[in-house]
Amino acid sequence: MNTPSPAVIDPQMARIRTFRLQDMLFHRTTQVFALVVLLALVGILISLTIEAWPSLVKFGPEFLWTNIWSVPDDEYGALAAIYGTVVTSVLALLIAVPISFGIALFLTETCPVWLRRPLGTAIELLAGVPSIVYGIWGLFIFAPLFAEYIQPPLQAWLGDVPVIGGWFAGPPIGVGILTASIVLSLMVIPFIASVMRDVFETVPPVLKESAYGIGCTTWEVVRNIVLPYTRVGVIGGIMLGLGRALGETMAVTFVIGNANRIVGSLFAPGTSIASTLANEFGEADPGLHIASLFALGLILFVLSFVVLAISRWLIARSVGKEGV
Amino acid sequence: MNLYSRRLWTNRIGIALSMFAMALGLVALMWILWTLFSKGFAALSLDLFTQDTPAPGSEGGGLRNAIVGSGLILFFSMLISTPIGILAGIYLAEYGRISKFAAFTRFMTDIMLSAPSIVIGLFVYALFVATTGGFSGWAGSLALALIAIPVVVRTTENMLKLVPPSLREAAFAIGAPRWQVSLKVTLRAVKSGVVTGVLLAMARITGETAPLLFTALNNQFFSTDMGSPMGNLPVVIYQFALSPYDNWVNLAWGGALLIALVVLAVNIGVRIAFRNKDKP
Repeated sequence: MNTPSPAVIDPQMARIRTFRLQDMLFHRTTQVFALVVLLALVGILISLTIEAWPSLVKFGPEFLWTNIWSVPDDEYGALAAIYGTVVTSVLALLIAVPISFGIALFLTETCPVWLRRPLGTAIELLAGVPSIVYGIWGLFIFAPLFAEYIQPPLQAWLGDVPVIGGWFAGPPIGVGILTASIVLSLMVIPFIASVMRDVFETVPPVLKESAYGIGCTTWEVVRNIVLPYTRVGVIGGIMLGLGRALGETMAVTFVIGNANRIVGSLFAPGTSIASTLANEFGEADPGLHIASLFALGLILFVLSFVVLAISRWLIARSVGKEGV
Repeated sequence: MNLYSRRLWTNRIGIALSMFAMALGLVALMWILWTLFSKGFAALSLDLFTQDTPAPGSEGGGLRNAIVGSGLILFFSMLISTPIGILAGIYLAEYGRISKFAAFTRFMTDIMLSAPSIVIGLFVYALFVATTGGFSGWAGSLALALIAIPVVVRTTENMLKLVPPSLREAAFAIGAPRWQVSLKVTLRAVKSGVVTGVLLAMARITGETAPLLFTALNNQFFSTDMGSPMGNLPVVIYQFALSPYDNWVNLAWGGALLIALVVLAVNIGVRIAFRNKDKP
């Protein structure tokens, strides 16, 4: 029997040791780069808080519900911007969710198989169009048409109805909260529709086939099988759209009208956190003004962070149960 | 109406509404693209590429400084984000199954994917512009890189996960250390997928306007100095579209067309490349 002499084993051991050291280095190096993302996130929170500090100290929590934004008086409150952000995002979702659901239903159930890919791609391309393109399209093409053909009939039809009539009051100038919501809804439809399509596809075929087998119509299968099965993921997709809508800057800035006040009418110009930042930050005076803008940024970041975190958690839970 | 015809009609109405929704989505896409192409191509000319952005009230002009500026800012932001994104993606794919830290990082990366881009601009302003004393092309690159990194991380990780375990096991079996398996076997196997991720990240940041507003700012003149404010397409489009001058608005449409063409070309190109790979 030939036993390997120690002279042969040693180099091998040495090499294994080198490998181990290299692997450790590799593990730590890649880990450091993964850390960059976390650091950026923590960095954003810390730096925004530091920069917003003068404003946070001066106005306290009332900043959140004070409806004043006056540069000459150096008095700031976030209510108008928060109102605009939340109202445009929620309205955008009210429009986008049914349409996205229809698109996802069509793509997964009724669309001929050969058409699924091109149509799905077309919807995904809608997500790829830069938001500034939506913005100038909204400003130059959509808003004038909206002011001429849609706002007057809406006003004539609903303007005299009690309570909701006030939503459609004011001169039909095209730009305003409602226009911003519609453009925003076009932007988030692709995101919601893609998530819905993806979670609809996780429904085990055997469930759907059983339902079809006992004579259910397509609509009944979607309502009673697909939707209950994918409920969590669908809500996740909607929250993802909400997260997107809250932080969208360019598409909104072009068409919301940029008036820092709260008016009950949806036709009236308003503002959102992101569009206030885009409009004022470049020329802001150092001091309370810029600190208050940072405070707005902090509110926006925390708000969308919470919404996105819930959304990702729901989507992960839904897609993770695939094959159960 | 009996039960059967009611069910039939509910179904028909539901399906019809879903087709209507699909049509609405397609019409919106077509409408936006058609507007963009008709207005954008009308504004395209040789001047667009050879002249700089015009002063207020002056005739003509082009976008040369903005195109070059955008190109430089994009180039450097991809230079920053590609290595960081790929290495972080490798970490998530290699160690993500066993480590809580990796799972947490992945979750945060997913959130950063959709984080409001304007807040990233504020962050870079506070971190870089305010401390180094000025708007600059570098600040713009840094802001865009922060947006691109999560895209590269997630696509790299997803691609690496597609590598068949047998390939990795074979490499381990002949005694290769982990870093070699990772870099020389798995990463190489999905090279085209990773490149795709980098391209998609580039497409994503090409049209980003909000983070550049407070970082790269804008520059009316031709400049290749990354240390000073730099002209770039998105901000020029934003400023010119809202201006009262007709030639400025035209240039904005031309610029929007250029950006959209780049973004759509990358998106469509990537899909075609991948479709051909599906059926060898």
